[in-house]
Amino acid sequence: MAAPGGGVKARVLVRPKEGILDPQGKAVERALPALGFDGVANVRVGRLIELDVEDPRQLAPMCEQLLANPLIEDYEVVTEPAAEAPGPAA
Amino acid sequence: MKVGVVRFPGSCDELDALRAASLVGDAVLLWHADPDLRGVDAVVVPGGFSYGDYLRAGAIARFAPVMEPVARFAREGGPVLGICNGFQVLCEAGLLPGALLANRHLRFRCRQVACVVGNPDTPFTRACTPGRSLSVPVKHTTGRYHAPGSVLDEIEAQGQVVLRYAEGANPNGSVRDIAGVCNADRNVLGLMPHPEHAVDPLTGSRDGLCIFESMRAHVDGTLAVA
Repeated sequence: MAAPGGGVKARVLVRPKEGILDPQGKAVERALPALGFDGVANVRVGRLIELDVEDPRQLAPMCEQLLANPLIEDYEVVTEPAAEAPGPAA
Repeated sequence: MKVGVVRFPGSCDELDALRAASLVGDAVLLWHADPDLRGVDAVVVPGGFSYGDYLRAGAIARFAPVMEPVARFAREGGPVLGICNGFQVLCEAGLLPGALLANRHLRFRCRQVACVVGNPDTPFTRACTPGRSLSVPVKHTTGRYHAPGSVLDEIEAQGQVVLRYAEGANPNGSVRDIAGVCNADRNVLGLMPHPEHAVDPLTGSRDGLCIFESMRAHVDGTLAVA
């Protein structure tokens, strides 16, 4: 569904930067085998931020300035094209 | 010396900071929405959970109205001390290098730790005996100092690692046992241990007082700072 105002729905995925110890990921990684889920590696725990944005060009500066701390986190922005909204069929 | 202690919604150590500062000078509370610093000579950004520490510790507080005059004050050379959450806020604001991450063991740590003054030549450590170990409490979950290797080398070389956990006393996994860092101009200091909780024998130690005495000496000019 399109965001109000004709913008986009965005998902910002924030993860601990490569090489930075992620104790949450380690804790999850250790807990899974205890439940019988073997063969799990490289668990990283991050954050998902969903937002409706009128101007998608603002997403990158938003991430740089607030949503992520680029010193310790990587981010990835996934936008849902407004075309997915129910509208006139092609 | 008149010290301003910033209070954000969610701060919890501002009254201890106010009391500690009032032992060496005048101290007033500043509110997060204040447009100016009311003529203070030094600023303390205290511990707590500003704005609930939502998103990341210190990330929202960085945009509080009062942070604009605080940043200007810092850029003009005014002494700014960030303690615990205040350290996190100053890092998020870009006034200090690095960032604070979740403790390595993911546990909240509340204990007395031994710290060593790494650089006695700052407005915050001038009155501290060089090389002396300070017994000061820590209490935090997000205190693991991190900075890229090149930044670490740089701040070590510039004498910006002002406070270090004593050998074996690192409570959170901070890189190179770093407990406190200052900016290149040395007028902004952030530290995870709480000197404001160690100013009275009642709570076991007065070792934190030398940080506040240093600030007074710096502001009142009784000790010259390079």
